[in-house]
Amino acid sequence: MSRQANRGTESKKMSSELFTLTYGALVTQLCKDYENDEDVNKQLDKMGYNIGVRLIEDFLARSNVGRCHDFRETADVIAKVAFKMYLGITPSITNWSPAGDEFSLILENNPLVDFVELPDNHSSLIYSNLLCGVLRGALEMIRKLRYAANA
Amino acid sequence: MEMLEDPETGKKQRKGRRCLSRAANIDKAGPPPSLPSSGAHHKSPEKEGGASPKHQWKREWAGSRLGAGGGACPAGPMRTRGGGRLLGREGRRMADAALFEFLHTEMVAELWAQDPDPGPGGQKMSLSVLEGMGFRVGQALGERLPRETLAFREELDVLKFLCKDVWAAVFQKQMDSLRTNHQGTYVLQDHSFPLLIRMASGLQYLEEAPKFLAFTCGLLRGTLSTLGIKSLVTASVAALPACKFQVVIQRS
Repeated sequence: MSRQANRGTESKKMSSELFTLTYGALVTQLCKDYENDEDVNKQLDKMGYNIGVRLIEDFLARSNVGRCHDFRETADVIAKVAFKMYLGITPSITNWSPAGDEFSLILENNPLVDFVELPDNHSSLIYSNLLCGVLRGALEMIRKLRYAANA
Repeated sequence: MEMLEDPETGKKQRKGRRCLSRAANIDKAGPPPSLPSSGAHHKSPEKEGGASPKHQWKREWAGSRLGAGGGACPAGPMRTRGGGRLLGREGRRMADAALFEFLHTEMVAELWAQDPDPGPGGQKMSLSVLEGMGFRVGQALGERLPRETLAFREELDVLKFLCKDVWAAVFQKQMDSLRTNHQGTYVLQDHSFPLLIRMASGLQYLEEAPKFLAFTCGLLRGTLSTLGIKSLVTASVAALPACKFQVVIQRS
């Protein structure tokens, strides 16, 4: 493989435990800082978004996926390439809307929630909401890129 | 489960739960120690050739890649990738290291932005929040260590363990050097700290650097704590991406 100036095609793997532990500490801290679950959810989404807009560059640089021709292909890339690359899991894709513009990703073994239990007073906390933000940020960047190319 | 004896008090600590237990409910002890103000690098204790015997620093170990040459590395060939042995059971899931780096960067940004007080007092607060999070993670990490790694004969062995195994598990590389004055102070040096690499190298972001080190200081302190050692961990940066972590063992 040719060397590149940045990390390029190198991928350093670590046990997902550190990520899980760190994420847990983050959520704990946010629950302390914000008074209610809704605000924590929003904050997780926002942080995820900020991560997503940067993650997508890393992803495009390291994976060899070409342009997706339709949304179904996008779903496949997300589940089978991206999640595999970053979290070592392959969520399943289900629940397609009739219009084909909406689908669900089901994470059977979500590393973020390993050994996590939510206490009763946090019933409306969406613990993994960071992931939603990441997807949102990443996909928004993709769309922007596409618009720019068509201009 | 092993019982670890606290060297200070002789009290036995439960080695801890087999696993992280409740990640979302971690709310372990202690107010983190106060950190030096940002950018300040207090007097380095590692000047060699110093006059008095008190300041003789011994270079305990120079990390070597894959055991090739140089330095005293008594433990034999070391793994520099994955740290699978450290946190590993068979078939453990691997995540991409970039994910941790992105998360860490975002955490620093988030916890910094939250603080309404921009003055030095506010800065210290954010640093200690980050340090506290690192501490909890370090503790949990320490609790997941395999039993055989816990049978350390002396303090220096624990520090070497931090430099080799823990660093490799977290940052996919070993610490570059370890120095000590054999009086409870250790200086761990990383020439190319992964959490600083994405920032420009050299002196440009020197003032920002402490924010990116606070979590890791806590992580070291937390892991040491689980291994029965109370410490104070601070970090300093002379030029990115190289940095030094100073571990001072707290004895009563």
